[in-house]
Amino acid sequence: MGYNCVVLVKQVPDTKRITGQAMNEDGTVNRAALPAVFNPEDLNALELALQIKDQYGGSVTVIAMGLPAAAAVLREGLYRGADRAILITDRRCAASDTLATSYILSCGVKKLNPDIVLCGRQAIDGDTAQVGPQIAEKLNLPQITYVETLVSLAGKAIVAKRNLGNGWQEVRSQLPALLTVIDTANEPRVPRARQLMKCKSAQCRLEVEAAAQNAPSVDVDAVCRDLKTRGLLIEQWNLDDLKADLQWCGRDGSPTKVHRIQSVVLAAKESKIVEPSQSGIDTMVHELIVDHTIG
Amino acid sequence: MIEVNKQGEVWIYAEQHKGHLEDTSLELLSKGRQLAVQLKVPLAAVLLGDRISHLCEQLGHYGADKVYLSEHPLLEHYQVTSYAKVIGGLIDRHKPQIMLYGATPCGRDLAPRVASAMKAGLTADCTDLQIGHHEIKKTGEVFENLLLQIRPAFGGNIIATIINYDRWPQMATVREGVMPLPIPDGTRNAKVIKEAVHLSQSDLSLEILSEHLQKKKVNLKASRVIVAGGAGVGSKDNFRLIWDLANCLGGAPGATRAAVDLGFIDRDHQVGQTGTTVRPSLYIAIGISGAIQHQAGMADSQKIIAVNNDPEAPIFNVAHYKIVGDLNQVVPMMIKAIKEKV
Repeated sequence: MGYNCVVLVKQVPDTKRITGQAMNEDGTVNRAALPAVFNPEDLNALELALQIKDQYGGSVTVIAMGLPAAAAVLREGLYRGADRAILITDRRCAASDTLATSYILSCGVKKLNPDIVLCGRQAIDGDTAQVGPQIAEKLNLPQITYVETLVSLAGKAIVAKRNLGNGWQEVRSQLPALLTVIDTANEPRVPRARQLMKCKSAQCRLEVEAAAQNAPSVDVDAVCRDLKTRGLLIEQWNLDDLKADLQWCGRDGSPTKVHRIQSVVLAAKESKIVEPSQSGIDTMVHELIVDHTIG
Repeated sequence: MIEVNKQGEVWIYAEQHKGHLEDTSLELLSKGRQLAVQLKVPLAAVLLGDRISHLCEQLGHYGADKVYLSEHPLLEHYQVTSYAKVIGGLIDRHKPQIMLYGATPCGRDLAPRVASAMKAGLTADCTDLQIGHHEIKKTGEVFENLLLQIRPAFGGNIIATIINYDRWPQMATVREGVMPLPIPDGTRNAKVIKEAVHLSQSDLSLEILSEHLQKKKVNLKASRVIVAGGAGVGSKDNFRLIWDLANCLGGAPGATRAAVDLGFIDRDHQVGQTGTTVRPSLYIAIGISGAIQHQAGMADSQKIIAVNNDPEAPIFNVAHYKIVGDLNQVVPMMIKAIKEKV
């Protein structure tokens, strides 16, 4: 029978490689200076979906929400093995917090009516881990968070093992259900070179339009038609396509607001340099005993 | 979503498993107490489970003025859908202005589900909470006595303060270990309010087939001294140095994420943004470069000693004692000095 899986993926700044220059002087994040990557745990979610497809058949659709540049992670999704890629992009999505984001994404998922929705536990830019459970609530789906192992799939029932940090739990749920997947669940497969070369040219319409601005002779419609016949057109949905209620989208749909952003200044402390010698260390230990830190 | 309600109480979610309260819930009571005093409203704990009324007394001792107690056989095991339904009902009925959860695996599963159902805001993994005001620059409109929800973001590179001024309750999850445990007062009693619970089997979306939970192998939060090793320690064998130094100080061994990922030590020992946040009297960082994610979990220690052979290592920016040298020589010297003097 097969299972239709939807994987929600996010393009994120690579926070592990943030340097001093990545912060603006006003303390805001200089996103331009940060390499954008496929959110790591979303790769684990995609891998799990691909494993389900390999074993049981069905399809894998990747969805991302973001600016046209976010099409990059959908290209990656395609060359890693997804069948279909959809970019939800709309200026009215701007300034969405996790609640508005989950509302918008849930409208997209609803259109596809999948058996299994998968996403990474959390994204490395915000680490909130909220969007998965919130989408599950909006779609009235069971949520299985922190999935480490898919134990079995049979008919309309899924059994999965959750990693709870201090142990594990095995649960059964009826489908459809939403899973959030953690980094220890699997090792994402290496994309096949041929697939990679083929999907590198996948684009969404906005990207085709942007490229055409410098080459007025390009017929955007014709290019998109051609991409579509080759399976390389990244579909593009806006909030009208989703029939989203605008009061729950973007800034209006976001109860949380930013009050202040500060860059982390690690205060230089009053410090002493201790010689790496027995006498230097003896002196330090003596001081720590005198001020009752130890002893 | 509920309207802004300045008379609303401050609530904390009292997370219990098998009749035991999580430390994090008690930590929330200490912060909740401060907020409630500032706002001049009561502090209440929300307790769900089956046959767990004995925990009300403990919640009172730790600072709750009230406990909203929801007991039902179907609440015996935590499940997100049933728990979220009960909590959502309580919020609708009593309209608290603030609701806090521990950022435990359970809290991070539950709180977003409640927030979505209530169409309310939620800030994840706060490291501090304050009461303050917010002004909208464009209109000059000022909102007094809001919950300032302070958290690291972008991998710990920035600190964001989040507010919600129009859709309440103001909800946040709070990182484990960042708020001190309150000192219990055996004379304090909480008023217990028993809430009727209406649940049926269909409110449980999961079937729990089996479970294996264990106590953490180490309680870093309770340790006065922590000796932590990083990737620079080099090997699991060499990590013996960390254990030895910790043992002679009566402290606990800690580690960076890198050291844990390399298999030097169990994940229970991890300090930092994705591990435990600690604030011991003495933190000794051995072979730790000091990634910002690690510093986020230990920079508030009262005294910090750093040992690293790289004089440029960022850990030295937060250290009180800087030792540039080979840890294989320095650590044995430290052990020797301590054994002789202490």
